[in-house]
Amino acid sequence: MIPTDNARAQDAGSLLSIKGLKTYFATRAGVVKAVDGVDIELAKGEILGLVGESGSGKSITGFSILGLIDPPGRIVSGSMSYNGKDLTALDEEGWRQLRGGDIAMIFQDPSMTLNPVLRIDAQMIEAMQAHANVGPAQAYARAREVLVMVGIPSPDERLRSYPHELSGGMRQRIAIAIALMNKPGLIIADEPTTALDVSIQGQIIHEIKKLCRQVGTALIWVTHDLAVVAGLADRIAVMYAGRIVELGTAEEIIENPRHPYTKGLIESVPSRSTRGSRLHQIPGMTPSLLNLPQGCAFRERCAYAVSACGDEPLNTVEAGGRTYRCWNPLGGPRP
Amino acid sequence: MTTQPNAEAILEFQGLTKTFVTPIGVIGHVANLFGARVKKTEIKAVAGVDLQVRRGEVVGIVGESGCGKSTVARMLAGISSLSAGEISYQGVRLPDMTREQRRAFDLGVQMIFQDPFASLNPRMRVVDIIGEPAVVHGIVKSSEKRDYVIELMEKVGLSGAYADRYPHQFSGGQRQRIGIARALAVKPSILICDEAVAALDVSIQAQVLNLFMDLREEFDLTYLFISHNLGVVEHISDRVVIMYLGKAVEVASTEDLFDNPNHPYTRLLLDQLPLLEARERDYQPIIGELPSPLDPPPGCPFHPRCPHVMDRCRSEMPQLLPVGPDRVSACHLNAPV
Repeated sequence: MIPTDNARAQDAGSLLSIKGLKTYFATRAGVVKAVDGVDIELAKGEILGLVGESGSGKSITGFSILGLIDPPGRIVSGSMSYNGKDLTALDEEGWRQLRGGDIAMIFQDPSMTLNPVLRIDAQMIEAMQAHANVGPAQAYARAREVLVMVGIPSPDERLRSYPHELSGGMRQRIAIAIALMNKPGLIIADEPTTALDVSIQGQIIHEIKKLCRQVGTALIWVTHDLAVVAGLADRIAVMYAGRIVELGTAEEIIENPRHPYTKGLIESVPSRSTRGSRLHQIPGMTPSLLNLPQGCAFRERCAYAVSACGDEPLNTVEAGGRTYRCWNPLGGPRP
Repeated sequence: MTTQPNAEAILEFQGLTKTFVTPIGVIGHVANLFGARVKKTEIKAVAGVDLQVRRGEVVGIVGESGCGKSTVARMLAGISSLSAGEISYQGVRLPDMTREQRRAFDLGVQMIFQDPFASLNPRMRVVDIIGEPAVVHGIVKSSEKRDYVIELMEKVGLSGAYADRYPHQFSGGQRQRIGIARALAVKPSILICDEAVAALDVSIQAQVLNLFMDLREEFDLTYLFISHNLGVVEHISDRVVIMYLGKAVEVASTEDLFDNPNHPYTRLLLDQLPLLEARERDYQPIIGELPSPLDPPPGCPFHPRCPHVMDRCRSEMPQLLPVGPDRVSACHLNAPV
């Protein structure tokens, strides 16, 4: 039986806890504050949609959780713990154990993540043996099992093929299957369906959601497309200029956004209700992360800006765990 | 196709076909001497598409990758040659055109590309990118180029002060505006937008879509809007063509198509559209994948994935037949024997 959202949140403990994460990149032009104070609490089995436009820091947040930040990038401060284990204290071997074991990642472009000169079976067996002391036959059986789980027809044939022999959608399924190999507690998916056709996107979202609910894996789905996570995620976090500006259940965010940026994003999605009329547009463009304006980073594009916005907005926490950073939120004053 | 009075059709094409052939090559020829039987491979990227585009309308062309929608665009814009079929512009067939008519066609149909990074020459200043085509074609004098460019830049929402900058100094959305200004510089009547907003962020996409609508009114433009994004197409189009494996499978007005899709592929495609609703959605995924155009299935190209497949679909290719006023669909379900 699939538990309801409430039951799941109650009986499952916290899986991932991130507080005050700051990931900066030191460039010649100055310090780029890609992630500037992000807090995320994720329960076991929960699906979180991390939404933002390019440059909002959504992908860097995902990479930071797996320690995948290369110089000149650096996690400057913040705490991250997974199942009570402090991630910031891990050494290289600790990270190696974690990646692909407890926490798996799915990237946007499956043709970049699969090794073009190795057959699928070799890659999948290697991924399993890197984390578990199993023989090749056992690993092969598990590989076959997860391929069936992600809905790949004739898995034995697919295991013998090379990545170039498969279509983009099939490759992304393989990448998902590899992520599932070691029964991770958390999967971070970075725009996994952006490069795929709508019909394949539908299949992948359907499969991933089903698998996460069955196995109890938590999922962070990083995307620029609010519509994709609207029907997928339990909770949605909206990022802007390195910060989470609003976080709440999918229903709260879509139907009753508190932050003007969230509202702007929702209204700029073209659909049938907007036909024949002009789309709502957020004026201007995302500010450069090199020199963010003082106070609220969205201030200059915001129709609801007040004089208080010159100061940094605090993270307001409402009852029920919904948070937002805004001096003049929609739908009533700050509690 | 439905026969509409021709006066309305600004652009018309019939039996548009593009076949890509991979030649045997030297090694293949040598291997054939030894009896290897290497054959040249032929891919029918577009297999006979008919359409009439009326003056002032926005026609959306939708399909999955590999369905041939971009190839249609490239043939209409004159970037690709035609393997078969014919194009008429303002009622005159391409081979029958006089020199002036041909020039009017070449300038009248302009294209806007998907990737604003790859479609602008990085070594040219914006003033030259936008102004050079207009000067070459004698639309403005060289001495008036700068003023002409600045006026166009302001029309597409760019500051004229940026005229001497290079493309890398602009953001993705701004570059797409440069691409639009470049197309407008030769005073076209038809703009072909090939995934023109696909690479843009949602908020920037909304700005560019609004710009397209404003320009449509100001310059009396006709659009062919090619996209895989059904939401964008639904927002902007008057009529929609659904393509599958090199063929049009359904053509209908946007209202008819989205309210009451006829072809099973259209129906399944619409079900896949992610909606901005916080509801647990039960996806009914389309089974299987787009077949390779190298080896298209016999009969209806959609039959291996179709939930309503009948024996007839496996052998007989359905024709585009009228299924209502001004709409056609290619499905055997509409024409029971």
